[in-house]
Amino acid sequence: MTLLLASASGTQLSWNFWSDIRQLFAYHFMINALEAASIAAVLAGVAGWCMVLRRQTFVGHTLSVVAFPGAAGATWVGISPLWGYFGFCLAAAMTIAGGARRDGGRGSSEESAVTGILQAFALACGFLFVVLYKGFLNETQSLLFGTFLGITDSQVLVLAVVAMLVLGSLAALGRRLFFASVDPVAAAAQGVPTRLVGLLFLASLGLAVAEVSQITGALLVFALLVMPASAAQRLSARPGMGLLLSIIFALIVVWVGLGISYFSTYPTGFWITSIGFAGYLAAVGGRSLVDRRARSVRHSGAAA
Amino acid sequence: MSAVVGLLSQPFMSRAVEAGTVIAVACGLIGYFLVLRAQVFAADALSHVAFTGALAALAAGIDLRLGLFAVCVVFGAMIAMLGAKRGADDVVIGNAFAWVLGLGALFLTLYASRSGNGVTGVSVLFGSIFGLTSSQTVVAVAIGLGLVAAILVIARPLLFASVDEAVAAAAGLPVRLLGVIFLALVGIAAGEATQAVGSLLLLGLLAAPPATAVRLTHQPWVGLVLSAGISAFSMLGGLLVSYYWTSLPPSFSILAVGTGSYVVSLIGSRHRVHDGAHLRF
Repeated sequence: MTLLLASASGTQLSWNFWSDIRQLFAYHFMINALEAASIAAVLAGVAGWCMVLRRQTFVGHTLSVVAFPGAAGATWVGISPLWGYFGFCLAAAMTIAGGARRDGGRGSSEESAVTGILQAFALACGFLFVVLYKGFLNETQSLLFGTFLGITDSQVLVLAVVAMLVLGSLAALGRRLFFASVDPVAAAAQGVPTRLVGLLFLASLGLAVAEVSQITGALLVFALLVMPASAAQRLSARPGMGLLLSIIFALIVVWVGLGISYFSTYPTGFWITSIGFAGYLAAVGGRSLVDRRARSVRHSGAAA
Repeated sequence: MSAVVGLLSQPFMSRAVEAGTVIAVACGLIGYFLVLRAQVFAADALSHVAFTGALAALAAGIDLRLGLFAVCVVFGAMIAMLGAKRGADDVVIGNAFAWVLGLGALFLTLYASRSGNGVTGVSVLFGSIFGLTSSQTVVAVAIGLGLVAAILVIARPLLFASVDEAVAAAAGLPVRLLGVIFLALVGIAAGEATQAVGSLLLLGLLAAPPATAVRLTHQPWVGLVLSAGISAFSMLGGLLVSYYWTSLPPSFSILAVGTGSYVVSLIGSRHRVHDGAHLRF
């Protein structure tokens, strides 16, 4: 269906599905894009799942927009945007973690205000850098909304190395992170250093976001973080299964999204968010259907 | 004094000061309640929705502000109604606004390919207060004054409902309705602020002044006035800075002054922690 839609906007799409797929892999830039997007999807699936579990969506969103001033600042100074991405996202993660309350409590009104201030100020700085650099308008939009063109071999390599690092540190936190996220008070009583765990998690999230935003753009990383993860958590409460589903959903979203936008004139970000949102709605709908059926079975059993 | 007169004799500057002050006061008042109610994330969502609304209106070829206000108010009321059932769910809000922003990217492409310019998209994102026309200024001031009046009318019950929702409901206040009205007002404020500092930065105007005010006083009414005052101060200070250092865009200066005042209040009151529960009446 989606392929049909794409054909309406019409590039070289034929009716032969396999030749279309082969076309996708014909160019080197497209292979690089697919590799980079797959790495980003695995990372976003895992980091996003933890983020949704910890209910840190606002923090996650703030970290993701910080990628914009990072990249714009680095371009202005004249160094590789990679430094900007990683530097700014890590610094923002540390600032937010430093401002978090000592008891690991969530949802304090001032904490969310601080997150908001940080986010708006970071974006304002990004705008300043763009203005100071004077006119890279198209680049501004691709920093914000993403581009999958022109990803180099060395970029893919850096992405892979950082992904290993982030996944490794999340795996090392593993059980402690899960415990501290589900029940911070009990975890602290059991001697889990919840504050340190929170800080290490935010640092990993910052790195993950810095990486994913190079593909999706700073404004749309958040979609890839939150959509597959929340769909997965609707479908399974078990951590192993949930993580696996989250990764699979994220991969489907980026593969299908990139595939469609190769043939379509509309932006990648639009396709990726739309597919992700459709998946989330399907998960919510499917879940409530299953729940309702289970309830009605229970009721009819009780009646009989 | 003559310097001020000289400043205001520039039409672009006097328009920016008029519209900016009213917008800032409205945002300061609304933002105070946002921070008390811990709904800053809802404002974050609205700020991104504002972008899509404006771009959708442009792509459809109608006045940008029409789409801006309509989409913000509808989305604000929707968040309130979704949240009313079982506490505002950040994950649901996050999914919805991430997709809406993706739609914004689509409208941006549609509009840019039709009109051949991408400048408008960037100015929606980051604002252009020095570029206001005189009719835009009149409309912005009128809506801003209406917003201030509306928030003052519901201020007392809203404050009660924000500090202790259960007791307010028991006392017979329509807590749910208040929540919906409030987020609809936040939507209008988001539309207003988009014209001043842009959709991506309006969160700073809604969050920094009230966060500073909450740091400085326990008393809600003093805090409310203080928040409006600090917001106006950020706006005027920012405009002034950008007037003299023309390489600094006004949106950046306004946010920098606002963020700066929060940082100063942080240093000034290091050991005091305030939130809604500590308010004294």
